[in-house]
Formats: sequence, structure tokens, C-alpha cells
Amino acid sequence: MASMFALANPKRFMDASAQFLPWLVGAAALALAAGFVLGFLAPPDYQQGDTVKIMFLHVPAAWTAMMAYGLMALTSLFSLVWRHPLADVAAKSAAPLGAIFTVLGLVTGSLWGRPMWGTYWVWDARLTSFLLLLFLYLGYIALWNAIEDEVRAARAASILALVGAVNLPIIEFSVNWHTLHQGESIMRADGPQISTVFLWPLGLSALGYTLLFLALWTVRIRTEIMQRRARSLMLGDHA
Amino acid sequence: MIGALLWRDLRLATRAGGSAALALAFFAAVATLVPLGIGADLKLLARVAAGVLWVAAVLAALLSLDRLFQADFDDGSLDLIALSPLQLETVSAAKIAAHWLTTGLPLTVLSPLLGTMFGLPVAATWTLALSLLIGTPAVSALGAIGAGLTLSIRRGGLILPLLVLPLLAPAVIFGAAAVQAILDGLSDGALLFLAAFSVAATLLSPFAAAAAVRLNLAG
Repeated sequence: MASMFALANPKRFMDASAQFLPWLVGAAALALAAGFVLGFLAPPDYQQGDTVKIMFLHVPAAWTAMMAYGLMALTSLFSLVWRHPLADVAAKSAAPLGAIFTVLGLVTGSLWGRPMWGTYWVWDARLTSFLLLLFLYLGYIALWNAIEDEVRAARAASILALVGAVNLPIIEFSVNWHTLHQGESIMRADGPQISTVFLWPLGLSALGYTLLFLALWTVRIRTEIMQRRARSLMLGDHA
Repeated sequence: MIGALLWRDLRLATRAGGSAALALAFFAAVATLVPLGIGADLKLLARVAAGVLWVAAVLAALLSLDRLFQADFDDGSLDLIALSPLQLETVSAAKIAAHWLTTGLPLTVLSPLLGTMFGLPVAATWTLALSLLIGTPAVSALGAIGAGLTLSIRRGGLILPLLVLPLLAPAVIFGAAAVQAILDGLSDGALLFLAAFSVAATLLSPFAAAAAVRLNLAG
């Protein structure tokens, strides 16, 4: 925790992130490359054939999209409780990325659904809750953009993110009423129900997606901080 | 003092320029358009009745959310209310109650009539009314959060539905599922889940709504 709060200083964050960003990008590229190559070389599934390989694009995108909302809610909590500007910036920067990973999950899922279920879209639990997740992201982004005052926008968006975080499991549960989507196969008490030839590439691409998200997040936070500095410099000139 | 606030909001909503009657008319108008769109087959209408009426009720309630805080914010009376000894959380709860009494409750009362017109059997009609009675407080409560958050936005009415509608998905799902279960001769716990969701939303929302109003009043 101490190191996290040390990094919460924008200046220190800029210095540190300049150091670790190239490593993060490199690691993301490596993990993604390894995951995709292994995934491409994996044998076809006995039921799903080659379409099973969409999994290596789809499942990590969905995980990352949910993780992004979790991180956004967590940084929103920091922003509300400690009123820290860097937490505002972090939460704000996570939202568009999360929305894009959500769209990626929806698109790859629909492309997978076509050969598997015979249709691009079914009003199934996971798909519907993901669509609702996308709307939560869009609402968050729209609220940020609609309020001109930065501090006020940050606090309003933080409240919305936390309300969404409380509501998200309930939405998930309520749409789960009837489902066509396959059951949980990785995080099970009796161990993963998935062959190791699929587990390895899936794990590697999940790692790759996560690192990619963290790298892009860092870039966005840095950009936002620089933008704010530039704006305050320009305001200073006119004052 | 709470009573005075509640009474004031109720009178504002029901007098000329108030939107209680308008929300009710909107609800009925939407419900009338649906059979025109999908045809007059009563069997089909009975299947979709619960979903259509629930969605129409949610939209009608959203339509009148702007008077929850916005009118008081614009004419400055919200500042005076905030200066009073009342907690903003209490104020939010009173305003949510007033909003529900002037939209959710009338919609519930009207729903058996529309349900019958959609060809719902008697038992399903009563379940629909019961589900609206249980579920619409959650609509007013979660709507209040959105109304608070969008207070200082010009044309906030456009962004409000985007914020609130995803949060209301559980209410629509459980509300319509309860009626569907009756139609299919099943019994499931949808009404109980709806009640749990509604109680949780109604209890927690005043705090979030008050936080949202406070940040818009400050500075």
C-alpha cells in the first residue's frame, strides 16, 4: 500500500511509468505472441473444430473488460475517499479501454456464436450482461464528457462507477435466469475442466491481454496528466 | 418537516404543470402503440404484455425524473432545503417517496386495466400489478441517483436514461419473469428476488443520490 500511495503523486508516477512502460509493452507483446502462436498451433477441438481458437481472443477480452470495470470502480473509490487527482485520472482513463475490450468480447463472441449456436446473437445471459456492461461504460464516459467542471465530473463519475459496481453482480445474477452460454470451466473447485493444450495458450493470451490493458492504461494516464499540465500552462500564460 | 417536504412535492406533482398525470398518459400511450405495431393477436399480446408494460412503466417513470431535483435546483429551493436541518439523505428519501407516490403507484393502479386489454388472465394480471407495486420503488430510487448526478448538466435529460436504464435491468427481468411464470403455470421466486432488489435499491439509493446532489451544490 505504501508504494502505491507513493506512486499516487503525479510527478513520481510520470517518472516511474516512463521507466516501466517499455518493459510492460514488451512483456505484453511477448505474452500475446506466445499465446496466439500456441493457440494457432493447438489441435482442433473434437466438437468445435478450428473455431475453438476464437476462444483465445474472446475469453481474455471478456476477462479484461470485467477487470477494467473492477479497476475503474477501485480507483473511483480512492478518488472519492482520498480525493486524489491521480485516482480521478486513472478511473477516467480506464473507461474507454474497458468499453473497447467489452466490444471486442462481444464481437468475437458473436463470431464464435455463429458456427456454434447457428446465430450471431442470442439473448443469452452472458451476452446480455455484457451488453449492459457496455452501456454502463458508455454512461460513465458520457457523464465525464457532459460535466465541464473537472473535479465535479470526477466525483459524479466515481459515484456512478461505484453504484454500477454494486449493481453489476445483481445484473449478472438476474440475467443468469436462463442461459445458453457454456458453464464455468476454468475457475472450478475440482480444477480446470479444459485440456492443457488449450489451457496454456488461454493463460498466456489472458496474461497478454492484461498486460496490454495495463500498458494502454498507463499511456492514457500519462497522456491525460500531460494534457492537464499543458492546459494549466496555457491558462497561466493568459492570466 | 419531512412530512412538509413530502406534501409539498406531492402537491407540486399533481397540480397544473406537474407531470404525474403526464407520466400516466405516456404509459397508456406506449401500451396502446404496441398492439398497433405487432398486431392484435391476443395470444401473442398476452405473452409480451408483462415485458411491454414493465418497459413502458420504467420509461414513464424516467420521463418524470427531472422534477425530482432539477426544478428545485433551477429555482434555488434545493439550496434552501440543503441549508435546513434535514439531512440530504432524508431529503432524497422523501423525494423518492413523493416520486413513487405520483408515478409508480398510479402506474401500478392503471396496470390491471392495460393487462386485461393485453389479454392477460386474471391471475397474471394481479401478479403484474403486484410486481409493479414491489418493483417501481426501485425505479424511483435508482432514478434519483441518475437525477442527482445529472443536476448540473444542460439537457441532462438525454444522458439520464443511459445512466439509469442498465441499472434497472434486474427489476424488468424479475418483474416480467414473475408474470411469465404464472402464464406457464410455474412458480418461481422472481417476485421474492424483485422484492429483495427493490428493498436494497430503496435503502441504499438515498445515500448515493444525496452524495450526487451534494457535489452539485458545492462550489
